[in-house]
Amino acid sequence: MEKRVRFRSPWLPYALVLPQIAVTLVFFFWPAAETVYYSALLQDAFASKIQFVWFDNFIALFQDPHYLASFKVTALFSTLVAVSGLAVSLLLAVFADRALRGASIYKTLLIWPYAVAPAVAGVLWLFLLSPSIGILTYALRSVGVEWNYYVHGGQALLLICVAAVWKQISYNFLFFLAGLQSIPGSLIEAAAIDGAGPVRRFWTIVFPLLSPTAFFLLVVNIVYAFFDTFAIVDSTTQGGPAQATQILVFKIYQDGVQALDLGGSAAQSVVLMVIVIVLTVVQFRWVERKVQY
Amino acid sequence: MRKLLLAAAVAAAAALTAGPAAAQVEIQWWHSMAGKLGDKVNEIAEKFNASQKDYKVVAVYKGQYDESLTAAIAAYRAGKPPQIVQVFEVGTATMMAAQGAIMPVYKLMAQANEKFDPKAFLPAVTSYYSDTQGNLLSMPFNSSTQVLYINKDAFKKAGLDPEKPPVTWADLMQDADKLKAAGVACAFTTGWQSWVQLESFSAWHNVPFATQQNGFGGLNTRLEFNGPVQVMHIQNLADMAKKGTFTYAGRKDEPTGKFQSGECGMETTSSGSYANIKANAAGKFELGVAPLPYYPSVKGAPQNTIIGGATLWVMTQKDPSVYKGIAKFFTFVSSPEIQLDWHKSTGYVPITLAAYELAKKEGLYKERPGFDTAIVELTQKPPTPNSKGLRLGNFVQIRNVIDEELEAAWGGQKTAKAALDDAVKRGNDLLEKFEKANK
Repeated sequence: MEKRVRFRSPWLPYALVLPQIAVTLVFFFWPAAETVYYSALLQDAFASKIQFVWFDNFIALFQDPHYLASFKVTALFSTLVAVSGLAVSLLLAVFADRALRGASIYKTLLIWPYAVAPAVAGVLWLFLLSPSIGILTYALRSVGVEWNYYVHGGQALLLICVAAVWKQISYNFLFFLAGLQSIPGSLIEAAAIDGAGPVRRFWTIVFPLLSPTAFFLLVVNIVYAFFDTFAIVDSTTQGGPAQATQILVFKIYQDGVQALDLGGSAAQSVVLMVIVIVLTVVQFRWVERKVQY
Repeated sequence: MRKLLLAAAVAAAAALTAGPAAAQVEIQWWHSMAGKLGDKVNEIAEKFNASQKDYKVVAVYKGQYDESLTAAIAAYRAGKPPQIVQVFEVGTATMMAAQGAIMPVYKLMAQANEKFDPKAFLPAVTSYYSDTQGNLLSMPFNSSTQVLYINKDAFKKAGLDPEKPPVTWADLMQDADKLKAAGVACAFTTGWQSWVQLESFSAWHNVPFATQQNGFGGLNTRLEFNGPVQVMHIQNLADMAKKGTFTYAGRKDEPTGKFQSGECGMETTSSGSYANIKANAAGKFELGVAPLPYYPSVKGAPQNTIIGGATLWVMTQKDPSVYKGIAKFFTFVSSPEIQLDWHKSTGYVPITLAAYELAKKEGLYKERPGFDTAIVELTQKPPTPNSKGLRLGNFVQIRNVIDEELEAAWGGQKTAKAALDDAVKRGNDLLEKFEKANK
């Protein structure tokens, strides 16, 4: 009885969600608002001289061909990471979805890379592909490939793509596997009886039923490529050579933390924030409707 | 009961921290010296603490240079700056422009009545950190300059005289050809490309890097390192890269790893790497050290090189009584004994002439031939407006720009002229922005 009365009181529900709201406000909304405010300021590092410059920082950004180039690099990088990451992990998940001997060991091993921190993943591949000491570098050299990602931008981009995909495969793999296991066996058996081969069964039954999972993973992977790959870039190429691997989030770090250009870097953060909002809206409007958990 | 215990614990903790602080004034020293260098920094702080009773220097490692600078700025903005922060040379203009945030060293020493003679320091060191009136703003601490390291075993293999390192860039290019012909996969490489091949290169050849005396004259400085001398040099290096006699291996110190593994014949990089290279080369190859090569066709070359490294900045304190302790600590740090020990164990140059004399008297350079190359390069001529140093705002970003454009030149996407023109143009936008922010 008493409980019901308390729930009826108008403030209790609010009181219960208050901690959550407070955390969100203090740790998310406040910094975000601060960033928006900073993006309209021109200030020196010590904040001894602050000028309000309206949209000057944004205008400067979009007039800078190198910022636009960084956009292109990010688009290319995230497409490569998302597409190849999804393709490889789907392939692995399809293989793992059979009753094989040792399947659980195989699955466990595939999940391991997810426990590796991005920075460590970067360093791992850095050692394998380092131009002076990398073991893969020696192998490549023996087949006539001159590998030096310090000079060749394409190679540098390839390096961070490989590291980023390798790290993310486990996550995608788990979701795909769960998705595959939730497809009713009867559908596939029926198709088999009708004479459809494994390839045909995959494309006409499994793949369409997996598409909500795949779409969800696509969004997650793009967000991952946009933000969580910072440590990989930082520990390997540092954005070089000649901006070939300077993704947006790394440029924000370089300009804001290393170079102390707070206004410019805040403006870049705001742009990135808008991109995330758009991605989230896309996810909620199209994905949430179709995915069945 | 629990509340009471908690209150007691808080009171006890407060008493504990307040106790020694009342007797001793604490001086926070934020630095970026990791590993062996960090141990040495702690040792200096301990020695100072043992030498007197009124002040206690606490050395705190705050990450790499850019990280500790950011940390100090954040602390200042939060109203709790450290007393001393170690800032790299690239951050000099940022610190100088921060009126009210820093206490210039010349003022600090005068106020504390501490004996202080800027002329006791190496001129090439003080000139980098003084204002146009010649007042020293920050305390020199770790300074290095660029030298040429050679792998004597690779020289022998190529039929070259290991006791005759290349003197001019023409020599170096010839030697690189021979090294490559003898099968040395990486004939020449360079660390810190912007610092070595453009910044110090310009000083070494007495040509300007930027207008307004390389930025010392005012905030309206603009870059001009796309002159004929620099373009010729960068084009030569780009041609070498194309031929395969110059191997680009990274923006910072990564090439040193390649050199000390014995893979490269020659490397130009910081003299501060000497101790590390020497230790790593032991048993693999014999190491030689020589001055930076130059172009004899350029009038006035070689002039003097410019320094890199860091200085100690004093941040403004609410309680001015601590300044006296900082002044005492600075006197201690620049004493010949401390400087000599620092020089010997790190490879950084001794910052005072007295320490340099002491090293000579001890026979240090006979024992380690080539160890004084850096000091000779820095002191052989009095610095000119082109070789005093650089004072540029947004310098960290400008270096990034230079790195990017040089990489485009090494990769062959741009000619040296185009790459340097673009770097100047992009760098000038950054300088304009800095000028606007600091009006």
